[in-house]
Amino acid sequence: MHPAAVAAWQAAAPDAWADPARPYAAGRRARLLLDAARESLATSLGARADEVSFTSSGTAAVHSGLLGLARGRARVGHRVVASAVEHSAVLHAARRIDPAGPTLVGVDRAGRVDVEAFRTALQAPDTALAALQSANHEVGTCQPLEPVAQAARDRGVPLLVDAAATIGWGATPPHWDVLAASAHKWGGPPGVGVLAVRTGVRWRSPSPDDSRGPVPGFPAVAAAVAAAAALEAVLAEREATARRLSALVDRIRQAVPRLVPDVEVVGDPVDRLPHVVTFSCLYVDGEAVTTALDRAGFAVSSGSACVADALVPSHVLAAMGVLTHGNLRVSLPYDVTEADVDRFLAVLPELVARLRTDAGVVGL
Amino acid sequence: MVSESGTGHRGDEGVVVRELDERGRLCPLPVIALARAAAELPAGAVLRLWADDPAARVDVPAWCRMKGHELLASSDPDAGTFLVRLCAP
Repeated sequence: MHPAAVAAWQAAAPDAWADPARPYAAGRRARLLLDAARESLATSLGARADEVSFTSSGTAAVHSGLLGLARGRARVGHRVVASAVEHSAVLHAARRIDPAGPTLVGVDRAGRVDVEAFRTALQAPDTALAALQSANHEVGTCQPLEPVAQAARDRGVPLLVDAAATIGWGATPPHWDVLAASAHKWGGPPGVGVLAVRTGVRWRSPSPDDSRGPVPGFPAVAAAVAAAAALEAVLAEREATARRLSALVDRIRQAVPRLVPDVEVVGDPVDRLPHVVTFSCLYVDGEAVTTALDRAGFAVSSGSACVADALVPSHVLAAMGVLTHGNLRVSLPYDVTEADVDRFLAVLPELVARLRTDAGVVGL
Repeated sequence: MVSESGTGHRGDEGVVVRELDERGRLCPLPVIALARAAAELPAGAVLRLWADDPAARVDVPAWCRMKGHELLASSDPDAGTFLVRLCAP
């Protein structure tokens, strides 16, 4: 968590316990804190305060955003158009809306969605809504939001933008009807998602009515305050952070294929998130390499099917047509140092070589 | 799980000189089996691989691309059948 989030949480906690909908003094204090957090987040996201709600997670924001658009568009149809590389939260919600599943638009080798194919998919007359991420959460490639948003607008189809991977790291996307984001991705606390619905968009809460607003119940006020403070803090330094981390990612992208044989670095090398780098190592088991890196003090993710909790490989890597086994996704934190990256690049080649030796696949 | 086909089976692609049955084995084993066979065989040789692991559908074509081998059009990745013509390294 960003230090600004911890400080804001601690400062708010004593006054943040009451239901902000209650008229007594403690409720009014909680209300003030919540309103300030909402106002701050709205400013950070380029939205109006009354367009912003807090949810319990980014996933909940995506679910509610999509299901709410589907309710608002039920008379038009149930078809959902989305890129093939959306977060599974989007794909699962889309399957709930239309049991036939979403119309998935393909991506290129870098993971970028095909704008013309997206435009064509939107022509189906029963299209209720569309979804496109601002950038891919696994490989970091930025999506062509502007032309896709224009195509959706031309068809009168509302667009949900899953901006969870971008907010706090890349430029905040302006082109959306509904926006979903997740506070822990920008250094805020876990358990806070953000759902923004543009004024005038036909969105109806998928939850039973609740007098408090579009999201049922009252939010974790101190956590909302912490989320807003973290976002203000990271946005104040965003461009400097992006430049620094992007240079470190460039170093990793160039060094890894040089230091480790039979590796493919994936995702767009330029039009990408500043802090994410993904690559796949031939003949290596994804779980073995993440476990070995964990022992060396590096917490990295993998899109490989060999990783314990997945039965199938990452649908993102599959849609891109890149190697799914031996996959590693490195997300640099704000405070990563050049020395951290040096140590990673020192440890990785030896570690992969050892795993390959153990598997008897050296020299293939 | 390697079987040499005695006389070789002649298809449009030429002679399949080795068949690999990797059904029931998980990633990255089918690709490793393919790479081991490729290391023993000359350029131009055609291999047939059966693999039902869902990752193979993506990883076998990706391996071919990375190593410069040719995935023949008669492959059917969705059915788990791959025909690969080896190219010189």
